[in-house]
Amino acid sequence: MILSVASGKGGTGKTLVATSLALSLEGQMPVQLLDCDVEEPNAHILLRPAIDSSEPVTVPVPVVDKETCTYCGLCSEVCAYNAIAVAGRTVLVFRELCHGCGACSYVCAARAISEEPRQVGVVESGRVGTMGFAQGRLNVSEAMAGPVIRAVKKLADSKATVILDAPPGTSCPVVETIRGSDFCLLVTEPTPFGLSDLTIAVEVAREMNAPCGVVINRDGPGDESVERYCAQEAIPVLMRIPFDRRIAEAYCRGETLAACMPSWQQAFRELFDKVRGLAAVGSVS
Amino acid sequence: MKIAISATAPHLDGDLDPRFGRCQYLLVVDSESMEFEAIENPAMSAPGGAGIQAAQLVAQKGVEAVITGDCGPNAYQVLSAAGIPVFGGASGSVRDVVEAYRNGKLSSIAAASTGPGAGMRGGIGGSFIGGGRGGGMGGGRRR
Repeated sequence: MILSVASGKGGTGKTLVATSLALSLEGQMPVQLLDCDVEEPNAHILLRPAIDSSEPVTVPVPVVDKETCTYCGLCSEVCAYNAIAVAGRTVLVFRELCHGCGACSYVCAARAISEEPRQVGVVESGRVGTMGFAQGRLNVSEAMAGPVIRAVKKLADSKATVILDAPPGTSCPVVETIRGSDFCLLVTEPTPFGLSDLTIAVEVAREMNAPCGVVINRDGPGDESVERYCAQEAIPVLMRIPFDRRIAEAYCRGETLAACMPSWQQAFRELFDKVRGLAAVGSVS
Repeated sequence: MKIAISATAPHLDGDLDPRFGRCQYLLVVDSESMEFEAIENPAMSAPGGAGIQAAQLVAQKGVEAVITGDCGPNAYQVLSAAGIPVFGGASGSVRDVVEAYRNGKLSSIAAASTGPGAGMRGGIGGSFIGGGRGGGMGGGRRR
């Protein structure tokens, strides 16, 4: 089963929930945690995995053979990203704009375009006890997280419970992470900002056909609007984590909920049972 | 001489648009006869590579010079490859700018005058909001 942990609003506690859940299930069943926030992976800070492998992630970019090229300009017409330009008797490739779609080499009548890999990041993998772990790291200044996220997800073990720690927000990297999930856990906070971004995240999860449930973090202060919204939309609230200074202190020391308060391990296992039940029903909530 | 000028309006009495890649119109003007063609700039709302697209468009029109305010690094690279000099730092109405060019009052620039993506921030009537390179677009296709 593939469970993604997303949020909408950043800083609500995705990584706290994802890592606590993973640690609570470790030892009970095969578990993997894949950190898909490739621009800013942070699960490793809490889990301290033993990394044993690092693989580059590449995107194919065009290489033009100047001898064979006829400068017809068709490659540049077909490129949706303006990554290849024909000017005078020169072909210019703007590698950082290239999305690796292959259209230019496909249409080239002179067969003058070949492809070479351009590295955009790495995927590092290892273990945390019996838990499988992997994270992606997008190279600084790269604009596209997609290829690295896909490379991380490729390591998902179909026999394990796979937990994906999603990036914040609701744009392309989040869509790429949630795609194909059996369930999407949305972590929010009981505030107007939390609610506002939660509603967008729910739309995305529904668009991706992932049933979803909510975890309310820092519950206590704040308002009822998130609970009301969930009730209205028939989205189950699966856990409430109280606003508790001890939790914040532990997190700042790099400790998950499961590690600092063992009673949470039981709570996360119960959360997982509920998720498994809801995912089995498979309905889009 | 056929020259391309970044403009805010589709006629000679409108102002020059200080951005090249994301200008509203590209005017291709015959500097002798003042006959012109106004092209709505398709690159204005491109998610990325606007300068590249605009530069290729004017190169295909066979212009011998470009007059604008600021020209970014990608546009500059394409125009240089096409052998088209760029006269930057211009301002005023398109008509006045052509006059200044004819009188040799403008100088060509030897490098891009601004950083990448500058046309996306603010600007006159800039209507493209959000995005950046690759922003809002799918992260490429699986190979």
